[in-house]
Amino acid sequence: MKKISMLSRWGLGALGALAMAPAHAEWTLNMGRGVTDLTDDVFGLHMLIFWICVVIGIGVFGAMLYSVIVHRKARGFEAAHFHESTVVEIAWTVVPFIILIAVAIPAAGTLLQIEDSSDPDMTIRVTGYQWLWEYDYVDEDVSFFSRIDRESDRARQLGSGIDPAGVEHYLRNVDNPMVVPVDTRVRLLLTSGDVIHSWWVPELGGKKDAIPGYINDMWFEANETGTYRGQCAELCGRGHAFMPIVVKVVSQSEYDEWVAEQGGDAGSEGELATGQPSPDEASADEATSSEESPTAGNATEGRTEDDSEDQPEEAEESMVGSGEEDEGSEPATGDEQDSDADEASDDSGSDDGGSEESDSADQDAGGDSEEAAASSGSDNGSNGGSGDEDEGSGGDAAGDGSDEVSKDELMSEGETVYADLCAACHQPDGSGMPSAGFPALKDGAITTGPVEAHVAQVLDGKGAMPPYKGSLSDREIAAVVTYERNSFGNSTGDVIQPSQVAEQR
Amino acid sequence: MSTVNPTDTHHHDDHHHGPVTLADGVWPWMKRWIGTTNHKDLGTLYLIFSFTMLFIGGLMSLVIRAELFAPGIQFVDPAFYNEMITLHALVMIFGGVMPAFVGLANWMVPMMIGCSDLALPRVNNWGFWILPFAFTMLLGTLLVPGGAPASGWTMYPPLVMQTGAALPLMVFALHLAGISSITGAINIVVTILNMRAPDMPLLKMPLFVWTWLITAYLLIAVMPVLAGAVTMILTDHFFGTTFFDAAGGGDPVLFQHIFWFFGHPEVYIMILPAFGIVSTIIPAFARKPLFGHDSMVYAVASIAFLSFIVWAHHMFTVGMPVSAELFFMFATMLIAVPTGVKVFNWVATMWRGSMTFETPMLFALGFVVLFTIGGFSGLMLALTPVDFQYHDSYFVVAHFHYVLVPGAIFSIIAAIYYWIPKWTGVMYNEKLGQFHFWWSAVWINVLFFPQHFLGLAGMPRRIPDYAVQFTDFNMVSSVGAFMFFIGQFVFIYNMIMCMRGSGTKATGRVWEGARGLEWTVASPAPYHTFETPPKIDPREMA
Amino acid sequence: MATETSEHHKYYVPEPSPWPFMLTVSLFFMLGSGAFWLNGSTTVAPYLAALGLAMTLVMVFIWFRDVVNENLGGVYGHQEDMTYRWAMGWFIFSEVMFFGAFFGALFYTRMIALPWLNGEGEKFFTNLYLWPEFEGAWPSNGPGNVGGDFETVNAWHLPLLNTVLLLTSSVTVTWAHWGLKEDSRWKLCTGLAATVLLGAVFLYYQGLEYVEAYQHLGLTLGSGIYGSTFFLLTGFHGMHVTLGTLMLFIILLRCLKGHFSSHDHFGFEAVAWYWHFVDVVWLGLFIFVYIL
Repeated sequence: MKKISMLSRWGLGALGALAMAPAHAEWTLNMGRGVTDLTDDVFGLHMLIFWICVVIGIGVFGAMLYSVIVHRKARGFEAAHFHESTVVEIAWTVVPFIILIAVAIPAAGTLLQIEDSSDPDMTIRVTGYQWLWEYDYVDEDVSFFSRIDRESDRARQLGSGIDPAGVEHYLRNVDNPMVVPVDTRVRLLLTSGDVIHSWWVPELGGKKDAIPGYINDMWFEANETGTYRGQCAELCGRGHAFMPIVVKVVSQSEYDEWVAEQGGDAGSEGELATGQPSPDEASADEATSSEESPTAGNATEGRTEDDSEDQPEEAEESMVGSGEEDEGSEPATGDEQDSDADEASDDSGSDDGGSEESDSADQDAGGDSEEAAASSGSDNGSNGGSGDEDEGSGGDAAGDGSDEVSKDELMSEGETVYADLCAACHQPDGSGMPSAGFPALKDGAITTGPVEAHVAQVLDGKGAMPPYKGSLSDREIAAVVTYERNSFGNSTGDVIQPSQVAEQR
Repeated sequence: MSTVNPTDTHHHDDHHHGPVTLADGVWPWMKRWIGTTNHKDLGTLYLIFSFTMLFIGGLMSLVIRAELFAPGIQFVDPAFYNEMITLHALVMIFGGVMPAFVGLANWMVPMMIGCSDLALPRVNNWGFWILPFAFTMLLGTLLVPGGAPASGWTMYPPLVMQTGAALPLMVFALHLAGISSITGAINIVVTILNMRAPDMPLLKMPLFVWTWLITAYLLIAVMPVLAGAVTMILTDHFFGTTFFDAAGGGDPVLFQHIFWFFGHPEVYIMILPAFGIVSTIIPAFARKPLFGHDSMVYAVASIAFLSFIVWAHHMFTVGMPVSAELFFMFATMLIAVPTGVKVFNWVATMWRGSMTFETPMLFALGFVVLFTIGGFSGLMLALTPVDFQYHDSYFVVAHFHYVLVPGAIFSIIAAIYYWIPKWTGVMYNEKLGQFHFWWSAVWINVLFFPQHFLGLAGMPRRIPDYAVQFTDFNMVSSVGAFMFFIGQFVFIYNMIMCMRGSGTKATGRVWEGARGLEWTVASPAPYHTFETPPKIDPREMA
Repeated sequence: MATETSEHHKYYVPEPSPWPFMLTVSLFFMLGSGAFWLNGSTTVAPYLAALGLAMTLVMVFIWFRDVVNENLGGVYGHQEDMTYRWAMGWFIFSEVMFFGAFFGALFYTRMIALPWLNGEGEKFFTNLYLWPEFEGAWPSNGPGNVGGDFETVNAWHLPLLNTVLLLTSSVTVTWAHWGLKEDSRWKLCTGLAATVLLGAVFLYYQGLEYVEAYQHLGLTLGSGIYGSTFFLLTGFHGMHVTLGTLMLFIILLRCLKGHFSSHDHFGFEAVAWYWHFVDVVWLGLFIFVYIL
């Protein structure tokens, strides 16, 4: 590898020299080195194959150029008549073959390392939604959503009039970055709630797809602290360009502090200003399972019951690196009960109509984005303020809805949410873009029709409209619905309270 | 009328087979083109259709490049942007490049192997006329509620399931395009296998015919697979099947496997005929036989074979077992060997030739250089661990545009310059041709080379807006796109002048070094060329 | 024979013909209306689609009538005959690849996706977190139990009968072919009629099986991946049998009119090839869909 990295330094120099334009800080020509051992290896491979290509290229193009200059009729060159040579043909079949083997061996070695995600120091579940990420620290009871920062989001709207150059880290900044400790082997378990996404931070290694209904794993171990930025790399719809990823690699002590902060914050509901779902879902997991636990008793099917105990244990022993902590992450239920609950929620769809929503949320991942993202919604039920797994979602809602919010407040908060999330399609004046399939909200059937249908649509989405269950709080939804029903010339006079939204969740 | 339709001269040939012109009235003229069973007529129709589609697809790419000129969203909604990238690819691939090659095969295969027409002339007509309807259907999706498909041409579920009313139209349009390709391919295979002049053994066929034989085989093998894949999308969307839904036991990645089982051979469908064209043009202008004709044939055959076992390199990031990743990496790297053989053979053909540099030769040389650059980046992409970084970035965009635009499309342009004197009987304007080449060669690199840098710096593909650090190269690239596009009007003008018959008359041989049966007949070639199999002078064969 | 015909025979290039274009228009009409139908406009679209289908069939009929008349008119020589043989062969190959896509889906979901959902191999966490406790075994409708519980069709009842029917029909069609070669009209016509009949009975039982599946077994198109692969594979096969039976029937009519001779009957052979292809696909279905 040492040789390779020397080559690579050369490569950088040569590439730099190739750039015709005057030096410009932004003109990155080559791949970055990244901050993990593996990205270093990958960079080495990249440069190795690059230089092989350059050498072959010089040979081939050199011969061509010579021939073009010398062997031309204009200089009176007479054509030779040879048209085959077995020796030469065998040579240029075999030599490239050998070169390829020489490259394939280190490549295979690196690949095996990349794909070996065993024995992690910590595990984070990453779930992609249209168009935000959810990070769930399996061992730490920390879970939050990470969405493009508001400033970028405003600037990126069609005709926003904001110069992106003036926005710091335009499109590469989020409200809640993922935080991990340095020199720690971090395993990511990637999945998706709706369509396929791809998690990519170049400095931390390659990308991996987040596929609904399946979990892919990848890992990295950052050697340097710092903030690393990337974004979704798989086309995932209208907002594909707008789901950045920011990873803060910090020292272990800073990380511990951060975790404590996240955990200590549970139950607060003051996130509206930043618009993020509160990062206090320390217990999103438990909330989910508790929410669904009522179905556990009557819906469990015999065929899987017997094994329900064995598997999680096996999991902890064989696969989950930090078995103990993992167990700790599901404190109250204990793994047996917990797995029953989960199972019920996932297996009982047709048996139990009552659990249909939460159920379809998890199951329908592959099919229909509206329903699929409902899973984020049910997770987010804990947003309502509960960290306690024994409380149902109804209980959460009570905490939220106990205080009435004035119409003025709702209107002004709603305006902000609308401008950030809705205006891009439905237009700032609510006129929509009917030709592109985005209906007008002004005198719209939904915005002037029954309130429930309106709230439901914001919660669940429809067609190209993403569900906002996962990303907006009850209060935000109440605000934006109130705003939409009393703006653009709509004057229903309806004031929707967060409690009403919570009920409908 | 000072301009003469080239086919006019043969009007007297045969009352029944003589082509009707506009002068005979609009209705008879339309009936001629709608009902024609003549391979030359259909070849012309294919090429005109193809260039119409290349133009439409080109306009879409300009929308894309205009939006990407600067960060921020200036012109189009991101949803519309996604529609543009989807349609751009579908139109260029299924409407532009593939029909152009079929058009060239229509014109040239019968003339190169010494037969009167394709084996199934009516089927040939059918195969062509499906295309305008299929693409009317596809482009019509721009007008339906929910807009055109916006999931990329790869149509990955579950995203594709969010398509609105366009979904069935897209699926049916692809079915139709598939029928067209399959019928066209069967026709060409049968023609080559069954209709060769008795004097022409398989291994003496010109390389263009050989590459098309293998291409046609690929088409027959994989177009039905695409049809199956999009059918599953249709049933998943409308009839409750769960092929691509984990809850029902399916897998979204299943689609990607099926799609790329079609998609990778498809890549070679778009490049093998280009190899054939370049292998025809370089010997002609080097005045020296093609080096290693037989090894070229074997190389093409091995590339075709390998194309069936490398599909998953398009999807290294979906989380396959590591053994599968290793297999697909090794198999993919192997493709470099036969491809290398081809490039080396072209250089060896030029070596100690007596070269002149007319426009077709320039485009062929441009092809060799720029396609090879695309090949190099392809080799880089083959390395799985590094592909994790390149995948879905602008590096990939640069790679496949290098092999498709200065690759496939340059070869199509080269072929048209090379053969249009034979088709129309007049020479194109050489000065304009030279200008066209240099203009295109410069701007195509301005357009696509910086995209390598963007990809390496971490810019993902298929985004309408990007972080500020990518601005400079995107601006350069956009300028390149507009300049390249403008230059193509020179080509269109040049070709229209040829079709109108204005220019110096071409001789039968046209090019001093040209070899092959097509050069043994007059220019323009008679409407029915070899109604009886010709006796072939061995010097005309490979 | 090849040398004597290719020496003086001019390959037949047909006159311009409007039928291919009209066939395209019909297809466009059918699929375009079909798309609107699928999108939920049920007022006129279904009728237009049906009309398109009818037009398509008519155009195919007219086109083939031209071909038959040309053949009867004696314009086809050995080379044209070879063209049709090659073309039919490649067409069948493309059909094989079409079924290949669906068989591929079946194998992939059974061999790869289902074990993954069970948490085997590198997809351990898929099962742990997303589908806990799911232990699917084929036949499966996935961890979501999509479409509800179902039973599979018993391979040894109707499907076995259908296998016997199709295998027998392959024998009868070959028998008819012998009859044709021996100039035995009786053998030809009874053989063909028997084949058509067997095809029709097969289709009847296939329909019966579907009714059974929907009404009693709970097995529907929406029964997860099993239902999807089962109905699409058997359904597309059934469509091919329908087409094959129709073609055999037309060939039977042509035989009755005396169109074929012992040395010139590729029309018959083409359909026979197609029938054998359909038969082989069925064997694949019987083994991989019904038995295993």
